Amino acid sequence: MNFETAGYPLLPILPELVLVIGAMLLLMLGAYRGPKATGTITVLAILLLLATGALELFALPAGKLVTFGGSFVVDDFARFLKVLALIGSAVTLLLSLEVLTDPSRRMFEYAILVLLSSAGMLLLISAGDLIMLYLGLELMSLALYVVAASNRKDAKSNEAGMKYFVLGALSSGMLLYGASLIYGFTGTVQFSGIAAAAKDGNIGLVFGLVFLLAGLCFKVSAVPFHMWTPDVYEGAPTPVTAFFASAPKVAGLAIFTRVTLTAFPGIVPQWQQIVIFVAIASMALGSFAAIGQKNIKRLMAYSAIGHIGFALVGLSAGTVEGAQGVIVYISIYVAMTLGAFAVILSMRRNGQHVESISDFAGLSRTNPPLAFFFAMLLFSLAGIPPLAGFFAKFYVFMAAIKAGLFVLAVIGVVCSVVGAYYYLAIIKTMYFDEPAPGIDPVRPELRSVLMVAGLFNLLFFIYPAPLVNAATAAAKSLF
Amino acid sequence: MSASIMTWPVLSVVTFLPVLGAALVYLARGEDEAARRNARWIALWTTLITFAVSLLLVWHFDSANPGFQFVEKAPWLGNTITYHMGLDGISLPLVILTTAIMPFCIIASWRSVTMRVREYMIAFLVLETLMIGTFSALDLVLFYLFFEGGLIPMFLIIGIWGGPRRVYASFKFFLYTLLGSVLMLLAIMALYWNAGTTDIPTLLQTSVPRGLQTWAWLAFFASFAVKMPMWPVHTWLPDAHVEAPTAGSVVLAAILLKMGGYGFLRFSLPMFPDASAYFAPLIYTLSVIAIIYTSLVALMQEDIKKLIAYSSVAHMGFVTMGIFAGTTQGVSGAVFQMISHGIVSGALFLCVGVVYDRMHTREIAAYGGLVNRMPLYALVFLIFTMANVGLPGTSGFIGEFLTLLGTFKVNVPTATLATTGVILSACYALWLYRKVVFGALTKPSLATIKDLTWREGLMLAPLVVLTVLFGFYPKPVLDMSAASVQQLVNNYAAAVTAVKAAALP
Repeated sequence: MNFETAGYPLLPILPELVLVIGAMLLLMLGAYRGPKATGTITVLAILLLLATGALELFALPAGKLVTFGGSFVVDDFARFLKVLALIGSAVTLLLSLEVLTDPSRRMFEYAILVLLSSAGMLLLISAGDLIMLYLGLELMSLALYVVAASNRKDAKSNEAGMKYFVLGALSSGMLLYGASLIYGFTGTVQFSGIAAAAKDGNIGLVFGLVFLLAGLCFKVSAVPFHMWTPDVYEGAPTPVTAFFASAPKVAGLAIFTRVTLTAFPGIVPQWQQIVIFVAIASMALGSFAAIGQKNIKRLMAYSAIGHIGFALVGLSAGTVEGAQGVIVYISIYVAMTLGAFAVILSMRRNGQHVESISDFAGLSRTNPPLAFFFAMLLFSLAGIPPLAGFFAKFYVFMAAIKAGLFVLAVIGVVCSVVGAYYYLAIIKTMYFDEPAPGIDPVRPELRSVLMVAGLFNLLFFIYPAPLVNAATAAAKSLF
Repeated sequence: MSASIMTWPVLSVVTFLPVLGAALVYLARGEDEAARRNARWIALWTTLITFAVSLLLVWHFDSANPGFQFVEKAPWLGNTITYHMGLDGISLPLVILTTAIMPFCIIASWRSVTMRVREYMIAFLVLETLMIGTFSALDLVLFYLFFEGGLIPMFLIIGIWGGPRRVYASFKFFLYTLLGSVLMLLAIMALYWNAGTTDIPTLLQTSVPRGLQTWAWLAFFASFAVKMPMWPVHTWLPDAHVEAPTAGSVVLAAILLKMGGYGFLRFSLPMFPDASAYFAPLIYTLSVIAIIYTSLVALMQEDIKKLIAYSSVAHMGFVTMGIFAGTTQGVSGAVFQMISHGIVSGALFLCVGVVYDRMHTREIAAYGGLVNRMPLYALVFLIFTMANVGLPGTSGFIGEFLTLLGTFKVNVPTATLATTGVILSACYALWLYRKVVFGALTKPSLATIKDLTWREGLMLAPLVVLTVLFGFYPKPVLDMSAASVQQLVNNYAAAVTAVKAAALP
């Protein structure tokens, strides 16, 4: 244990404590002031998330901090991804402002649930043993089940919440079963202890590993545990979908990476084949199934499945470069996806959100800046240089090639070409088709999110070093 | 004068000036006629200034030096993947071709593009930057960035301002090219892990293991063969050409196709010499098929643009054949043929644009007897048709002759079969000319057609001059590339001989 943390065992968890206590205070505020305080609470929640991120970066001593007997770890990997998850949560709250301040749908609980879910993500990212992993995962997920169903009057939203809850509970069960098998065969729940015990591919241990990974695949919506994704994305209110698509994916991918690389470095071939299969299946399904979609949120769901597949290509290399690729990928993906959802939320006609792809027809003439930024985000999601999405794919495939996974890499890039088709189809609708009726003016907070995400995406290639270097440092801290 | 005199990054300036122009066009807001005029003038001046600055490169270029000149290097993605730019005798002519053709594209769109003029000009200017960057990048990742980035503006140009089947054509263009290129990207990564860098001058010095050479060669081939395009992956080109607006066709034929040939010259031949020698028969076969088969296909076309598109595929066959012959004549002939084809095919598409703007059809059957109403046009079109056929005294002859000569030295059957392509090209080109220009002017719709305007005349005159000038005096282009080509050929021969010697007991 580090000297600094020896006397202050709670220091590493300070940001999480601040976040949780802040969430409680905001809950009290909401309980006393009622729904009319929704706007205030949401803005305070955004500030609280940002403050937590700042604490994470600046208040904690540098280096690896460990507390609670090794079950809570703060290293560069955790710092990077926690800040990313917090940014994702904060931006989605900003995107939700419009819906939340709508007098008929005011609901202060939403921001609180996002805060609690974020606290779960932070615990999950820092988990150093299976217990903390499960605690973080459940804290994150329980809040997510509720927000999926947050539009109480809408049957689709209720259906989405229900589906997510039932399938999520199933996957948690599998994860727990896997965790118990791993404990049974190694005698410890600590990742470092498991790593020390799991030198050979003991069949019981591998069974546990499979169940554990199945649970994690569910959380990141990787094939074959992806079935909930399209329905939940489509059914949940759009700001909630934006939330699902960003921060929880960061946390899920973070723990996926941490578990495989720190708890099972001795049996890489055993988990590598699982991750390779999941990556290929996700990329292929994400690319092909998205082609027929008519609803933009459903399409984004399949796109998310595909992108998780690409991120897992990096992980399947099982190397520092691979971990770095995963981190770069998820960072750029969060930026792209938040920008895309800012556009989807901007698509309102006569005060009603429209979600069908045909509603984008001729957007380049009715609202050129919106269409331009969305087109660039879509090209970026397709991985076309010089946009940011290209660099995301570049680093994961670099890692795969170095690890000699040529077949995986070829399948991956071919899937990316197939995927390019459906992104192009949206661009075609916006640029080549005759205009549909114009949309309502875009709200300033959506416009600013879109500007930031769009410019990041367009100009990333000029100065990529900061993100790449930070990702390298984060990846190295796992090894 | 040596390149060291240049104290400012002239190559980067040439590369990024068009983007600056695009930014200025963006600022020229408004949808009225004045805004459109501003956009056109800004775009024209940008391309002209870019061309003027690029002439500085010619002025300061030391053609005796086979290495890279005007080199610029800056850190980018870490120390191993850098912003590294530079030109040698192979890339400089292509850069000049690009900067020289762009003003013609802008002029050709002056009246014919009336919808979304600002966006149109921005797309073209961004495309110019990406094309110049492709030819001057000295880092593989940077090269890939420029190479692939060009897909975005070209996709929009075909899709927004194209003809009736523009959606199909733009998708086909984009997905074909992307599929080829992503495989090349994987090969670039494999080369990175082999040599620890993607710096092109370093990679040119690094020997690649035989197994990797084969796979990397095939991956690069997948990309460049599509871009070139070679038979049988050429089918995107006729569609893209037919549907693209005139200027889009010109850029496609004159510059984008040259990226494939440039790629073969810059990467395949020098970096994978063993694989290149091993696969040369494959290239010969595909080239000969391209030359003969697509010439025959061209004979059957009913659309002027489609005919010229197929003739482009045939002419590019001479380029690939000359490159993989690996002889001095073959390679310098290929370089010359690329420049010549850039000028001639660009001019032919401009000529088609001239009558298309008047009649709004590209069907050969809709024309006939134009010589009666448009004598000047008939003359200009004749010169470019002859250059397309490869008549001595036009630039087309020099390129075809040199590539055939270079190939004859190493492979007689290939050269013999390819020569029939020259005859076939005379068949379709003269047939087209007779159908469109000669004969009686019987169609009532053509009765009032007007000859070239001063704008069109001004646009075509320089190309006529260049076509004839390079036909009689090809020295400027050949001299510019001679040293670099010689070095490339020597290294290639040495590498192939070394492998042969090692294979002997």
